[in-house]
Amino acid sequence: MMAFITSFIALLFSAIVNGAPLMFGTMGEILTEKSGNLNLGVEGMMYMGGAFGLAGAFYYEKAAGEGAIGVVAVLIAILCALIAGAFAALIYSFITISLRANQNVTGLALSIFGTGVGQFVGEYMRTTEGGYVALGNNLKEYFVNSPFPKVLQDIPYIGKIIFGQNIFVYIGIVVAVIMGVFIKKTRFGLNLRAVGESPATADAAGINVTRYKYLATIIGGGISAIGGMVYIMTIANGVWNHEGLAGEGWLAVALVIFCLWRPMNALWGSMLFGGLTILYLRVHLPIPDEIYKILPYIVTVLVLILISLRKKKENQPPESLGNAYFREDR
Amino acid sequence: MNKKAPLFHLSKRSMMPQSKAWAIRIASFFVAIIIGGLIFLFLGNNPFSAYFEILSGSLGKNVALRQTIKIAVPLLGTALAIAPCFKMKFWNIGAEGQITAGAIGATFFALTFAGKVPSIVLLILMGIGGALCGAIWAFFPALFKAKWGTNETLFTLMMNYIAIGLVKWLQGGPWEGKPGSQIIPTFHKDAILPKVFGIHCGWIIALLLVIFMFVYMKYSKHGYEIAVIGESQNTARYAGMNVAKITVRTMLLSGAICGLVGYMVVSGANKTLYAGVADNVGFTAITVAWLAQLNPFAMIAISFLLAILTKGAGSLQTAMAVPTSISDIITGIFLFCMLACEFFINYKIVFKGHSSKTEVKDKDGKAVAVK
Repeated sequence: MMAFITSFIALLFSAIVNGAPLMFGTMGEILTEKSGNLNLGVEGMMYMGGAFGLAGAFYYEKAAGEGAIGVVAVLIAILCALIAGAFAALIYSFITISLRANQNVTGLALSIFGTGVGQFVGEYMRTTEGGYVALGNNLKEYFVNSPFPKVLQDIPYIGKIIFGQNIFVYIGIVVAVIMGVFIKKTRFGLNLRAVGESPATADAAGINVTRYKYLATIIGGGISAIGGMVYIMTIANGVWNHEGLAGEGWLAVALVIFCLWRPMNALWGSMLFGGLTILYLRVHLPIPDEIYKILPYIVTVLVLILISLRKKKENQPPESLGNAYFREDR
Repeated sequence: MNKKAPLFHLSKRSMMPQSKAWAIRIASFFVAIIIGGLIFLFLGNNPFSAYFEILSGSLGKNVALRQTIKIAVPLLGTALAIAPCFKMKFWNIGAEGQITAGAIGATFFALTFAGKVPSIVLLILMGIGGALCGAIWAFFPALFKAKWGTNETLFTLMMNYIAIGLVKWLQGGPWEGKPGSQIIPTFHKDAILPKVFGIHCGWIIALLLVIFMFVYMKYSKHGYEIAVIGESQNTARYAGMNVAKITVRTMLLSGAICGLVGYMVVSGANKTLYAGVADNVGFTAITVAWLAQLNPFAMIAISFLLAILTKGAGSLQTAMAVPTSISDIITGIFLFCMLACEFFINYKIVFKGHSSKTEVKDKDGKAVAVK
């Protein structure tokens, strides 16, 4: 029994670690989709967030040398990722909202562009810095270790799970709660949902549809991009490699459906998906690893089918998802 | 955007003449080239020599040209497959998975029947297997969309990763060559598409598909039905069309063509199957189809253009030490510019108080005088 509990805790712990990047990616895309914009460029934005986040922390360390402060490095990484993602989302917003181009195609174009930029920045750093870009161990600690004191982490059973996570898990939880309250409880959130469900109605009610769509998409893009940075800094160990993000962004798009467009669901949803992606390492079932790894996608398909069969109103995608809004189009 | 009293407003244009529309598209192409040039400048390279390197690296020699065509063929084939779906406003972004599924089907025959049947029979079997598997992969999202309205964009997207995961499993499991290698052995020579003019004959199949798709979309009853559904499902129902049936039928066709592309890639280009067989072609082809306005002949030009960028970026890396990912950046910029330019074709901007004058970057003031 003891052994089971220990290994379960270990699994839960790494599920949370692996889920953290997904959590940001998903929350950002939920905010975006709530405004009726289906931004399929999450993978691209996360790539850019990963590359620029790493670049920010790396060059800060290089500039500050011995005196580099961990907290500052974390903040710089977050800021760089946020700005990169917001910029990418701005391109998407301009083309789909102002110029009313097809959202699917623009999102895919952003994916191509963003992975290109991410890889380029990563490669560029690698070639100019002599073949290897990695954060120093001192700074890396601030990214991968818990911000809480050792005493709390040593509480039996729950200590490591509750207090032993890296800082981004806690930031993510805070963002999810804020976003959940914002969407559900505030007037702005209500307006945003109205824009996503029926932009024409929202427009008639005096809501500035364009502004809401822009803000939600840009902020959402920034949040998604932080997920890319978290992936590079924690899971990829602060090193840029050719693998990049390995489809993390697409998994986030899937997770949005799984979470039924609710930020609070992203908390446990990302944990579950994070767990599913590493489950094959810990629990041995008589199915091959590679089949194991496609479980998250199969689960998503099933959820997607289920919500379309049950037709429950509150579980549907935002009504206008994927469509451009043009006032004179009624 | 229009916060205060509207400084300008937009209105839909009624049909712009095709020639003018294409002029705007070509103009946006040049805008993209200029933006790309600025990026080269920013990176400290001479933009002219960079572009020259891209062109000479992709078209300069026969060998390079062949490789460029080899890159363009799957792009073209997949764009053709996607066209009828998009015309129907069925957002099939699962071409990636359908290509992969087709590749699996073709590989199954290549591995099982190689050496047992004549080469030509084997190649035909592989083609059928590929088309069938691609169609099956497209069938499920189509069925659920038609029957229960399940969101097809997200469903097809998920199917991509399931197919890729299956290949990873086959690679390390049942079809693995040397134990532990995680590699499927290279195909028997009977299972490899013959070459015509030094390139695997997939390019001929792709060109035939161009003609087929053009006729199918423009002159067949099916094509007409697809167009009507794309305009309005209710109109289609009112006219007595079975929307569900047409949706499924169109997706089966689309999936089958994607499957054929998968077959051409494993049998012609790679000569084996691995998880990256689709190599993002499924996604890039969507942009190709869209930018070509779903016109099969325009797809030839656009897929060739993107192939030039991809191949050219390779030689750019060797010649000027610019990472190859520059090709994705420039491709992205091209796509952005060309997506954006559609706005100037479909809408006009009318300024407050200047109702007789329009600001349209691509200089066409005449249409507005009517307003």
